[in-house]
Amino acid sequence: MSLENTTEPGAEQEFQDPGVPFHRPRKADVDPKAADKAERQTAAIFGLSIVGTIVALVGYFGMDMGESVTSIRTFNAVLGLGIALAMLGIGIGAIHWAKTLMRDHEMVEERHEMRSSDEAREGAIQNLKDGVEDSGLAGPKRRTLLKGSMITALAIAPLAFLVPQIASMGGDWNVSKFRHTMWAKGVRLTKDPDGTPIKAADVTIGSAFHVIPDGLNELEHGKIEEKAKAVVLLVRLNPEDLNVQEGREDWSFDGIVAYSKICTHVGCPVALYEQQTHHLLCPCHQSTFDVANGAKVVFGPAKRPLPQLPIEVDDEGYIVAKSDFHEPVGPSFWDRLMGDDSTDDEETSH
Amino acid sequence: MGAKLNAAASGTANYVDERTGVGALVKYFSRKLFPDHWSFMLGEVALYSFVVLLLSGVFITAYFEPSMTIVEYDGPLETMQGVEMSKAFESTLHMSFEVPGGLLMRQIHHWAALMFTAAIVIHMARVFFTGAFRKPRELNWLVGFTLMILSLAGGFTGYSLPDDVLSGNGLRIIDGVIKSVPILGSYISFWLFGGEFPGEVLIPRLFTAHILLVPGLILALVAVHLFLVFLHKHTQYPGGGRTHKNVVGLPLFPVYTAKAGGFFFVVFGIIAILGALFTINPVWNYGPYDPSPVSAGTQPDWYILFVDGALRLMPGWLGPIPFEWHIFGITLPMNILIPAVIIPGLFFTTLALYPWIEAWATGDRGEKHVLDRPRNAPTRTGIGVALISFYMILAMEGSNDIIANLFHLSLNDLTWTFRIAIFVVPPTLFWVTKRIAMGLQRKDRELVLHGHETGRIVRHEHGEYIEVHEPLSDQELWLRVNYENIAPFDAPEEYNEAGVRRKGMRWQRFKARLSRFYFEDRVEPVTPAEYAEAQHHHGSHDDAAHESEHELAEAAKD
Amino acid sequence: MHALARKRYHKAAPLILVLTLLALLTGVGAVITSQSAEATTASSSDIEEGQKLFTSNCATCHGIDAQGQDGVAPSLVGVGAAAVDFQVGTGRMPMQASGAQAPAKEVVFTEEQIAQLAAYVASLGTGPSVPTAEQVDPELGDAAKGMELFRTNCAMCHGSVGGGGALTQGKFAPSLMETTPTHIFEAMLTGPQSMPVFNNANITEESKRDIIAYLVAQRDGSPGGLSFGSIGPVAEAFWAWIVGIGLLIASTIWIGARSS
Repeated sequence: MSLENTTEPGAEQEFQDPGVPFHRPRKADVDPKAADKAERQTAAIFGLSIVGTIVALVGYFGMDMGESVTSIRTFNAVLGLGIALAMLGIGIGAIHWAKTLMRDHEMVEERHEMRSSDEAREGAIQNLKDGVEDSGLAGPKRRTLLKGSMITALAIAPLAFLVPQIASMGGDWNVSKFRHTMWAKGVRLTKDPDGTPIKAADVTIGSAFHVIPDGLNELEHGKIEEKAKAVVLLVRLNPEDLNVQEGREDWSFDGIVAYSKICTHVGCPVALYEQQTHHLLCPCHQSTFDVANGAKVVFGPAKRPLPQLPIEVDDEGYIVAKSDFHEPVGPSFWDRLMGDDSTDDEETSH
Repeated sequence: MGAKLNAAASGTANYVDERTGVGALVKYFSRKLFPDHWSFMLGEVALYSFVVLLLSGVFITAYFEPSMTIVEYDGPLETMQGVEMSKAFESTLHMSFEVPGGLLMRQIHHWAALMFTAAIVIHMARVFFTGAFRKPRELNWLVGFTLMILSLAGGFTGYSLPDDVLSGNGLRIIDGVIKSVPILGSYISFWLFGGEFPGEVLIPRLFTAHILLVPGLILALVAVHLFLVFLHKHTQYPGGGRTHKNVVGLPLFPVYTAKAGGFFFVVFGIIAILGALFTINPVWNYGPYDPSPVSAGTQPDWYILFVDGALRLMPGWLGPIPFEWHIFGITLPMNILIPAVIIPGLFFTTLALYPWIEAWATGDRGEKHVLDRPRNAPTRTGIGVALISFYMILAMEGSNDIIANLFHLSLNDLTWTFRIAIFVVPPTLFWVTKRIAMGLQRKDRELVLHGHETGRIVRHEHGEYIEVHEPLSDQELWLRVNYENIAPFDAPEEYNEAGVRRKGMRWQRFKARLSRFYFEDRVEPVTPAEYAEAQHHHGSHDDAAHESEHELAEAAKD
Repeated sequence: MHALARKRYHKAAPLILVLTLLALLTGVGAVITSQSAEATTASSSDIEEGQKLFTSNCATCHGIDAQGQDGVAPSLVGVGAAAVDFQVGTGRMPMQASGAQAPAKEVVFTEEQIAQLAAYVASLGTGPSVPTAEQVDPELGDAAKGMELFRTNCAMCHGSVGGGGALTQGKFAPSLMETTPTHIFEAMLTGPQSMPVFNNANITEESKRDIIAYLVAQRDGSPGGLSFGSIGPVAEAFWAWIVGIGLLIASTIWIGARSS
């Protein structure tokens, strides 16, 4: 190549494109035997695909899927591997064919710039101008009234369609529901999921009870929505370990405390209770709350402590709520602190 | 027989062509050239996974009932006997345990979904690192980006359909994120769930999105994506005979019909192997959705994992500083907004706009059809690696409980490690990658100027030993000298000759700064003059002795 | 109808038999020490032996009278035979090294010795005793009820089918895939280490057996094929990238490579 001969230092010359590399023939290109062999290989691979199809069909009709884990697993594997073989056979066969017997000598094609030619552009502009002319929008009278009304109509017409659609999709739009749960004065704390009431004496130190409000299971309507807000974790600490928060002196009972299970971060059920450290961990994003200290955040992304459910013990020794939560449970939202105050009058009986 | 077949075929072709004029199209498309490279098939993996998704999805819709009506289970599965569950969950169990092949189709569908999203990401990475998004393909990058977002939407809506505890908790997290949105959060939540979470309409709504809206949009955009690929003709890697004005490759028919067509079956086959042998999304383990329980290992599928990781990474308190702000009675949960809204928003916006960002820096307006070797675009390669590491750290933080449990590490320590790593690792990797790329460029220069080391040691007359260097072949040489080396540009003078202040100076200066960031550090390719110089020194003579003399002379100069 | 269940129990029968025998053997000592006066006298030699074992193996940390030491080891008065059988029978005690928590490891005592230790600790104060074979027999449990209880009370730490999970500061909830029914029962009853106590008022004895039935039902594996330890989508993601994308990239390279 010319480069080899460029001996003049500083010669301003461009490197030259050596062109598409020389085509090296494959075995099958030069040796008819190799080509025949490639053909036989391809045919054999296609044959495997046929075997695969047969395996899948025989498996489907011949095997009993059954109802046991093992039989379902075997059925699934045979059918799946049959399909896999049927597909892979075709694919590998076709590719092998292409690689060994089809052309592998690269060809060259010119590209054209994406931009249309000046002529075409001018033509396009002229056409559009003509169109505007024809529509009567150009010229001395610019028909602003027409244009304006059309654009306005087009812009607002979707509202006629979308507003009812969007407005209907939000149910009753009563977002204040976020602020209330089923808990109220005197509602018994019961075990999740069967709803048996819990006696204070049952909650031994170190115990953790997953709690739903009494009557939840009997709800005809909205049961799951109520449960999503009302779930509570009830634990008993050694009263010495419990650091009662100011203003909440009568919210617990002899070391028994109840906290909302709904994380104040994004709403997962916080439920990993470590009885030795009194830490409560959320498995979703690992917010950690210290139950011994008002469920304050000790680690992770949550900012607020879990809301505490004030509890007391009724005449029969069962644990009951003293009121609803005093703040909305679960994740934060824009007007969380602005809403109605009905949750605060704790002593109102329902 | 053969003749008859031929006659039938040409008869049909004639019939169709007379009514459609399709002949011209066949003529145009059949011998269209496609460059050959393994990395050009990654997009096909995505396309074919999508086809597998459609095929298996049709089967699944035949059995799945998108209803949140509560029923009592009465099927063969012992651990679910008499358990209350939604019809959606029940029909998923029915499909898995009572319909022959149903479990296989579910597993194939779910594995295909993971493959689909994964293939899109690696295809996108290939396009990014080779600069295939440059003019005229910026718009197609945007189409591809939208397809990626749609694939996430398709995946997430599908993941949630069986109404199990795992996906239900996932939806609850989404609900929590939505509620954090300023002003409208509560209302968007009500709009989506048709009332309070979880409501009774979500599964049917997600179902419609999953089987109609999302796949419809994907199909339409795939058509646009492929149309643009044909229109632009495929990019090609640099090499002899490959220019911005041509395309070197093999014809669509028959080579790519066989290779790409065959590859569909390979992709299908591999996904079928996964579906046959590996459990995925065992909803019977998680149980029907109930807002009270949650299980360890509550994570989304891999493509959403980074958002989950960001949510885990963000501290609610940094020492005394809270990340939920109460201002004038309003609540701004920055501990949710930053990781789940702002970070993914910035990440995706950067990705979507990347072709334009780089074009501002290059100032180049020509069409680019020959790809960059990643080393020849050190800054871009560095940015790509930094973005990937950013994403990976978030995904790893999203798996921190699994990692902690597997390696017996502390969850809290891991989280702190990732909290620091997210600030340290991406910039470090950017710098390191850029340096490595430039090192490789220098090595290329070295090779061009001095040739290959042969390992052949020759002894000099006067007793010294030297290694013989062999010059590069034309092709090797061309690959290493023929790349664009872009120099940074300066902002124009603020005042033109007439002393009038130019407009848009801030924008001009920004572009100039960007340009410096990209191209300030660069390795110039060997110029013909330098090459000639090197040849003059030792290339023109093959005599090893001469060569060594020059090398010695050079060494002495240093 | 419930062939799935029938078959499974049938298949697991040998395992269950062994487990029950094991439970019986380990349980004997403690059962004898329960309320009956005759039994107490009958095992007084056990208590003596147990005390010797305790003094030489446990007293360093728990104190010579098992009253515990602040910040070192808890008092064992009133923890009952069940706690001893669990802690020693799973190898958690004696602890080898202090760490985030005591992991299960090789058991150092014979079943007889464990029973003796249990008898001694039970003699210090009343506490839960080792369950009988019938109390932990998975065949008598209702796996569906167990599923509901497990996911409400246990899955958040141990995972949806007992694959295990991480807790804070390096602690973890162990996998329950290999744990014997007796030990599962005892763990719920006594609340070892970080685990809360699930007394019989919270989860009744029958419900505990239901939970055991649910967990034992998981041991046949998954009908869908390999399950990667049943730890959820992260494992699936890992395999999708390693196996799925790995195989696919390998095939693209094969397609792109030139034939010889």
